[in-house]
Amino acid sequence: MGMTMTQKILAAHAGLEKVEAGQLIEADLDLVLGNDITSPVAIKEMEKMNVEGVFDKDKIALVPDHFVPNKDIKSAEHCKCVREFAYRNEITNYFEVGEMGIEHALLPEKGLTVAGDVIIGADSHTCTYGALGAFSTGVGSTDMAAGMATGKAWFKVPGAIKFNIVGKPSEWVSGKDVILHIIGMIGVDGALYKSMEFVGEGIGNLSMDDRFTIANMAIEAGGKNGIFPVDALAEAYMKEHSKKEYTIYEADEDAVYDEEYTIDLSTLRPTVAFPHLPENTKTIDEIKDDIKIDQVVIGSCTNGRLDDLRVAAKVLAGRHVAKGMRCIIIPATQAIYMQAMEEGLLKTFIEAGAIVSTPTCGPCLGGYMGILAEGERCVSTTNRNFVGRMGHVKSEIYLASPAVAAASAVTGKISCPCQL
Amino acid sequence: MKSAKGTVFKYGDNVDTDVIIPARYLNSSEPAELAAHCMEDIDKEFINKVQKGDIIVADKNFGCGSSREHAPIAIKAAGVSCVIAETFARIFYRNAINIGLPIIECPEASKGIEAGDEVEVDFDSGVITNLTKGTKFQGQAFPEFMQKIIAAEGLVNYINRKA
Repeated sequence: MGMTMTQKILAAHAGLEKVEAGQLIEADLDLVLGNDITSPVAIKEMEKMNVEGVFDKDKIALVPDHFVPNKDIKSAEHCKCVREFAYRNEITNYFEVGEMGIEHALLPEKGLTVAGDVIIGADSHTCTYGALGAFSTGVGSTDMAAGMATGKAWFKVPGAIKFNIVGKPSEWVSGKDVILHIIGMIGVDGALYKSMEFVGEGIGNLSMDDRFTIANMAIEAGGKNGIFPVDALAEAYMKEHSKKEYTIYEADEDAVYDEEYTIDLSTLRPTVAFPHLPENTKTIDEIKDDIKIDQVVIGSCTNGRLDDLRVAAKVLAGRHVAKGMRCIIIPATQAIYMQAMEEGLLKTFIEAGAIVSTPTCGPCLGGYMGILAEGERCVSTTNRNFVGRMGHVKSEIYLASPAVAAASAVTGKISCPCQL
Repeated sequence: MKSAKGTVFKYGDNVDTDVIIPARYLNSSEPAELAAHCMEDIDKEFINKVQKGDIIVADKNFGCGSSREHAPIAIKAAGVSCVIAETFARIFYRNAINIGLPIIECPEASKGIEAGDEVEVDFDSGVITNLTKGTKFQGQAFPEFMQKIIAAEGLVNYINRKA
């Protein structure tokens, strides 16, 4: 009985020849990540431990990104706590405002996450790095504290679901539509405790940014991680961004999967998740009524990358957002922001009546920079549309791709660019 | 090993960590402050009614969404002695164990217990007793190392005691 790609990475990091689903192991960590919300709790916990300091100052990444630039005094205190801890422990990869970006866009860009790594992060969307062939998963602050102190974490080896990706997506269909389609199909707990292993020739038709988006939302199906094989495109990305050595793991041919699905990209349509769960999906063709929108958010660790901004600009070029519409666009990192500026995307956004913000998770989790009032509706490229996630408990979030979000900003109702 | 006994607050599927503790309160990490807003976006009355020792019972995928440890911290600080659910989201499961909040998976119990029932949970055996209805359910008992973490009131104390 063979191992999946995830199981092989875990076995190698636990010093074992072989592991199987359900086995409890202790694995060495290549990177431990925290943000301005989760790190203060972890730092407090770590300080209670009888340890000298962190296990490796180069293998910890601290990224204040949720409530920065500091939205209020309490957030400022949290950031100060993280900053002081980083300086005290000489953490190499602490990213101050000006260098920071949204963690899951920033770390691959900085070359800190590569194929074959085992990464834990005190943020549920840590699963993003599976796009590069790493095992990465979200944990809480106490696990982060233990990881920072010891360089190890315990895991239950996950079983797996295989998604065989075939075909080529049509225009206006992106990674976001792929993952929303999958979550709609298997549900928000469809992959509970399991790894989501994406394979198949269709992956060659997905950009790196598409793959980051897909792996990012594995958690929204309850998955422990999402992971892609390492192809030439992934290798080129790592060579461009990282000096770290990487290791390519491949699933055994006789690896065991609990379930298998085939996803034909050519049959997918722009997809929207209706309130209040990411599994409440409808294709754009199934939406018959006019759903009026007050706000559009394009950004986040899910969809704040260059591909996302380019497609939004393509839709918004020469058009204007609807009267009364607030369209908030958030490049995920400083490098993406700069590139978007050089390509003229920011000009397009501003001319279209959108605003462009410095990198922040802000509105995605109802922190700041776009909170919704009672009864308001938002089309958002973020990852969760739970009750109250972006503001008032009676507000509504519709999750969609940047293309659909931009088109909706123009018409003031949920729309596809093909309908403009 | 201690047991838990209290009155039940009952919820449905997919109770996410955003409704357990909304992000607008995450600029604090003080347990008492977090507890004051526990379950606010799903049950405004929860915090006014909950008594020390009370039990939360839910259907599937309890604690899905964000990895915020603030969620089990808020529940524990609000006085809840145990959470029973059909299934838990995996990060919440880890976090609850790590901070010493007892949680137990038992689909039959989640179906057979209603809001307001008096329930007792024996952590050693995993037996859940509905005292109001006079019914018993066999939940998943904690493995020994998890019992020790819970008894030590969390992973950090457990690591320190081992060292």
